[in-house]
Amino acid sequence: MELEFLNIGILSWITFLPIIGMIIVLILPKTNWNSIRWTSALFTGIQVILAVIIFINYNRTLPGVNDINSFQFVEKVNWITVQSFPWVGKIDIDYFVGIDGLSVAMVLLTALISFIAVFASWNIDKAVKGYFALLLLLDTGMMGVFVALDFFLFYVFWEVMLLPMYFLIGIWGGPRREYAAIKFFLYTLFGSVLMLLVMLALYFSVTYVDPQTGEKVHTFNMLLMMNPAHYEPNSLLAGLHTFWRYIAYIGLFIGFAIKVPIFPFHTWLPDAHVEAPTAISVILAGVLLKMGTYGLLRISYPMFPDAMVYFAVPLAILGFINIVYGAMVAMAQTDFKKLIAYSSISHMGIVILGMSALNTQGVTGAIMQMFNHGTITAMLFLIVGVIYDRAHTRGLNEFGGLANQMPKYTGVVTVAFFAALGLPGLSGFISEAFAFLGAFQVHRWITIASTLGIVLTAAYMLWTLQRVFLGTLPEKWKTLPDINGRELFTLVPLAIIVIILGIYPSPLIDLMNSSVNHLVEFVSNGAGMSMPKP
Amino acid sequence: MLQQIIDSVRIFQPEITLTLVACVVIILDLVFKNRPRMLAITLLIGFFITGYYLIQQMTGMTVSAFGNMFLIDPYSIFFRLLILLTSIFIVVFSLMSAELYNGKRKLGEYYVFITTATLGMFLMTGAGNLLMMYLAIELTSISSYILAGYKKEVPDSNEASLKYIIYGAVSSGMMLYGISIIYGLTGSLDFYNINTAFQTGEVNFLALVAANVLMIVGFGFKISAVPFHFWTPDVYEGAPITITAFLSVASKAAGFAIFMRYFFTAYYDPVTAALSGTLATLSGFDWNIIIAVISVATMTIGNFIALWQTNLKRLLAYSSIAHAGYMLMGVVVLSSEGVAAVLIYFAVYLFMNLGAFFIVMLIADKIGSEDIESYKGLGYKAPFMAVSLSIFLISLTGLPPTAGFIGKLYLFAALINHQWIWLAIIGVLNSVVSLYYYVKVFRNMFLRNIDEEHEQLKFNPIQVIITILLVAPTLILGLYFSPLVNLAQASVNILGLK
Repeated sequence: MELEFLNIGILSWITFLPIIGMIIVLILPKTNWNSIRWTSALFTGIQVILAVIIFINYNRTLPGVNDINSFQFVEKVNWITVQSFPWVGKIDIDYFVGIDGLSVAMVLLTALISFIAVFASWNIDKAVKGYFALLLLLDTGMMGVFVALDFFLFYVFWEVMLLPMYFLIGIWGGPRREYAAIKFFLYTLFGSVLMLLVMLALYFSVTYVDPQTGEKVHTFNMLLMMNPAHYEPNSLLAGLHTFWRYIAYIGLFIGFAIKVPIFPFHTWLPDAHVEAPTAISVILAGVLLKMGTYGLLRISYPMFPDAMVYFAVPLAILGFINIVYGAMVAMAQTDFKKLIAYSSISHMGIVILGMSALNTQGVTGAIMQMFNHGTITAMLFLIVGVIYDRAHTRGLNEFGGLANQMPKYTGVVTVAFFAALGLPGLSGFISEAFAFLGAFQVHRWITIASTLGIVLTAAYMLWTLQRVFLGTLPEKWKTLPDINGRELFTLVPLAIIVIILGIYPSPLIDLMNSSVNHLVEFVSNGAGMSMPKP
Repeated sequence: MLQQIIDSVRIFQPEITLTLVACVVIILDLVFKNRPRMLAITLLIGFFITGYYLIQQMTGMTVSAFGNMFLIDPYSIFFRLLILLTSIFIVVFSLMSAELYNGKRKLGEYYVFITTATLGMFLMTGAGNLLMMYLAIELTSISSYILAGYKKEVPDSNEASLKYIIYGAVSSGMMLYGISIIYGLTGSLDFYNINTAFQTGEVNFLALVAANVLMIVGFGFKISAVPFHFWTPDVYEGAPITITAFLSVASKAAGFAIFMRYFFTAYYDPVTAALSGTLATLSGFDWNIIIAVISVATMTIGNFIALWQTNLKRLLAYSSIAHAGYMLMGVVVLSSEGVAAVLIYFAVYLFMNLGAFFIVMLIADKIGSEDIESYKGLGYKAPFMAVSLSIFLISLTGLPPTAGFIGKLYLFAALINHQWIWLAIIGVLNSVVSLYYYVKVFRNMFLRNIDEEHEQLKFNPIQVIITILLVAPTLILGLYFSPLVNLAQASVNILGLK
């Protein structure tokens, strides 16, 4: 299925539309706030429409993962060619994009969250033009990461995001914004330079034979990197279960783990979340964190199946630590936003635990959790934003009895909180159940221990609900207005998705099912081939 | 013999043009007193003619002039083009620098010495003989000493010049001593004959190591590698900013050009037909370990000292030390791939570093300070310049989609391919450290003093156009770099072959 407009495929449109929007925003006069906002809304809105078109036209039976023919909406154009010399081979870098079951859910999520983020940014009142321009640039970077199938392209998109994020936190953030922004920047850059080295090592290890000239060409093509047959004998990463492959895997892992973030690389997250403006927290939790787990699925799994199997138990333990540690720290928070930030760490632990199971249920649960966490946590941050805009404080203990004062708000909050604590009937439950079910078959004790996290999550969520919404309303909050139309507009679509996917998760599961099956099979075969047989 | 000289003169046109330009500028300065703009334009015309001749020479062939004294090969042409481009930009910068015109200073000599320094650098890139190399280095250095002290009434500038002379004299003396030892060992000053001597006869190993260490002192001074870098920050801070930019790009490029040529032609092993670095006589002694250590020290010390700097010009000085360290990584791998990476790096470094210095100069002319503190709120006072400066600094950090990333990519690619993994890891960690001090500049420009009322700084259209001319390659080469990489790789292809 090819969807094209002006000979440019739909994935290029969905990726680069925000850049067009950014250019228009930059041309607009800087005092005309409304036209800047509506331009951003328009372009992210078109992005959502394109995402819906992708959702409708996506062929659910094709697996993708390592097979170019079953990727969808593929575009492949030669981007950079460097001729060969006796001492260096030909270099080909392609503009190569396409989606499969691993990425399609993330593309939908990114479009949705970006659109909502524009509306959540409506009350930004300083340097509006710069804000929306950077937001749109960030949008392109995120979308690009999820569609890129060439490692070089992937890396460029991965890094393009850093700078807008730095400025979005650093200029429009809270009191400690400078510290939070630079911490985010340094952490992520540290991870990505390690990824750069692994990318280069893979590049020099993988070749394919050019069918026309018969010469060997090194490549950044991710799909070729997944095939052991393309590895040059005696190259650094050839073979399976070698020292350098483990080192390369760990290098990549640190790069992705910082983004997720996995303990002990998580310390940037609470700072960044607390200081970032609401919409940026939404994007950070909703999309950016998923890039880490997506990277593990797209790159670490199929390219290093041997290391993935070898390190499955440590990975599960890290997942357990994230779940329980995140939940325990969340429980101790008195700042509403910090609490949500730590709950986010806890929930991402479930993704890690599900992935470490290396079976269909676990990985399906992980990808579903990525999507559901994206929607649920986006809601939670929007909720914090609503109360902060009105009260200018986020102290949990300063509130009480808001349920009577802000009934509509309380209704939405209840949906989000129950979804976050995994109440059956809401989307969070399904994905957590899948992830635990998958993990239980493989890492029995770790999974059992991890379920403690669910209890803790229920505890801090309900306790928060009680502290903020029940009890007596302090005198000073008697004038708080209820949630307004714009805020409802950002929250209700997410709430609807959360409820629908809670009752009927098939639309989401169908998207990824064949890819996940294929991935799991591919990884177990890939790693199993050279495992010493007893 | 006579015929050979006549032939040589014919292919020596770029250098002859430069010499003539220097003479014309002196005469014009004598005839028309104090007309700096006219001199600058004469100089630019001369540089463009030089460029025309240089492009004529791009045939892909290696030609030697004056009995191997001077080699015209794609490698030297690549570097000469970079140096010429830098000189053109510097002359244009000088036209706009308020600092230089301040106090009705006479600029005749200034332009003459830029020309002679350029000539010296040209000769450095193509020198095929130790004596020629030494003379070229001296011509460049002496011109640079004078240029560094050109703000005569400013004590800092005098200090810069004096420090530069003292360090320069000591290191060139050591280099000369090294040259004399090599001459004693091999009986020749010609790179190729030295190479032949190593292949045929036994050479005293210890004397050779000593000689080359002395040579490295000389080269290390030119490229400001640690521990021969002590002059750099003071000279860069004290010199007029145009000269700082000139030294940090052109002088460094010429230093690298001769450094690599000497090591790769004199120690080239024709048997393995690869730039293996060490000949049979030198087996058991890896030159590249010494260079690797210098490289690590250079980038780490450059970056860490840059962290504490509060003056942007000084910060860029330390950052340029760090960049020399990165480029040395390309020399360490001792292969054409590494050399190509250095060439690529220089091409992108030219645009990003000149761009950064240019904007610092323009801003200093407006606000009268180079302190990072005084950049607060600049992003709102001069948005275009602030964004451009950010692009240059991002590129210096090495983040995509800027050209700096491509430069770093090729360096690390060469290291990874030759399994210098530990060096590559130190290199990438250094670029993370460098982010921190470059970000200090963004932070002041964009994150501070946002809410104040800002008076817009005005820049004239020519300044904007020059900035665009530097920003555009910085961005375009980040996204489409095949022409540059093709050219660079073609330029090292015959290095080491006679």
